[in-house]
Amino acid sequence: MKLFTVGVLAVMLMTTGLSAATAGEKKSPRVSLPTVNVNKDKAEQCVEPTEVMRRDHMKMILHQRDETMHQGIRTVKHSLKNCVNCHADPKTGSVLGHNGFCESCHTYAAVTMDCFGCHTDKAEKKIGAVRKPDTLEKLMRLSVPAAGGKP
Amino acid sequence: MSLSRREFLVAGVATAATALAPGLRLVELAQARAPEEAVTKLQRWGLLIDVAQCADGCNACVTACHEENGVTSHNRPATDAQWIRKVTIKDRQTGYVQSLPLMCQHCEEPPCVDVCPTGASFKRADGIVLVDKHTCIGCRYCMMACPYKARSFIHEDTKDQKPHAPRGKGTVESCTLCVHKVDRGDGTTACAEACKSVGHQAILFGNLNDANSEIRKRLASRPSTQLRPDLNLNTGVRYTGL
Repeated sequence: MKLFTVGVLAVMLMTTGLSAATAGEKKSPRVSLPTVNVNKDKAEQCVEPTEVMRRDHMKMILHQRDETMHQGIRTVKHSLKNCVNCHADPKTGSVLGHNGFCESCHTYAAVTMDCFGCHTDKAEKKIGAVRKPDTLEKLMRLSVPAAGGKP
Repeated sequence: MSLSRREFLVAGVATAATALAPGLRLVELAQARAPEEAVTKLQRWGLLIDVAQCADGCNACVTACHEENGVTSHNRPATDAQWIRKVTIKDRQTGYVQSLPLMCQHCEEPPCVDVCPTGASFKRADGIVLVDKHTCIGCRYCMMACPYKARSFIHEDTKDQKPHAPRGKGTVESCTLCVHKVDRGDGTTACAEACKSVGHQAILFGNLNDANSEIRKRLASRPSTQLRPDLNLNTGVRYTGL
């Protein structure tokens, strides 16, 4: 019995060693990764580093949604509208569709996204014409936060 | 004492805002809320509707509202969403006919909020009554509770929504008092703008908490009424000439 266990262990070790070695050599993963079309036209950095966005974009949208809905806080940076405006495919104008920025990855990860049951998946036509510039709005305020306040 | 550029500019704006005659300001304080600031009770937004100015057969406010908020029709009047509608009332004794727009009355004590089991129906600090569609389960209790039949249920899949007015199947919706415009500081609503553009000026939008606002002045100078005043809801939408 003992011999058998040792034998099984040895085989297991060998196989894991082998698979590790093959994984190191192989360049393409077993399942093909999604092709995410980042909108190259914008040529700008996203609102947060890519690693943060990949892991936490849903937290930002969720946080922002409650603030906007209940308190009327409409900062642009972490808003869904901002995501869509920047990431919409220039051809289709949408973040959905086979190669759409949101859908391509969500389909791959098999994670349902509820946003676009209500929200539009299309970019706004007139970007920038919707709001007054932030600086002007800030100047118009009388109560000024301390120097270290929110930007 | 040295002033930074920012301090100098802010002080300048402050002086400009206060130095003029009382009631006359270069910068409208009530509308200068920054995007990162939460709404407060300093404002209570409302409408004053002058029924005498509202023309029978005119539908400009309804069209403008539905255009602004992307409320589309499926040509099924029984189930189509309706944020604002024209109501015609007739005095049976005299035959006198009046026409008026009816929408969410943005009550101070909204029955729709009282009955909502999930907290989706809520009132913002500035008095605007809204549906949080993220938490709405589509039970429609609020529709039953509303004495004005102001709310609609979305029965069908929606497409081509406006970015500022998300709307989706299975949730309840109603007039938002053009909350996106209010937050932007436009100081008006789509219906009020449309009414003005066709020359009727029957709808006036304003801050009911500001003693110097046009709406407060008009309310103070002539008789007005709430619809169903017996319910003590203290509506944000008032009617005059009714």
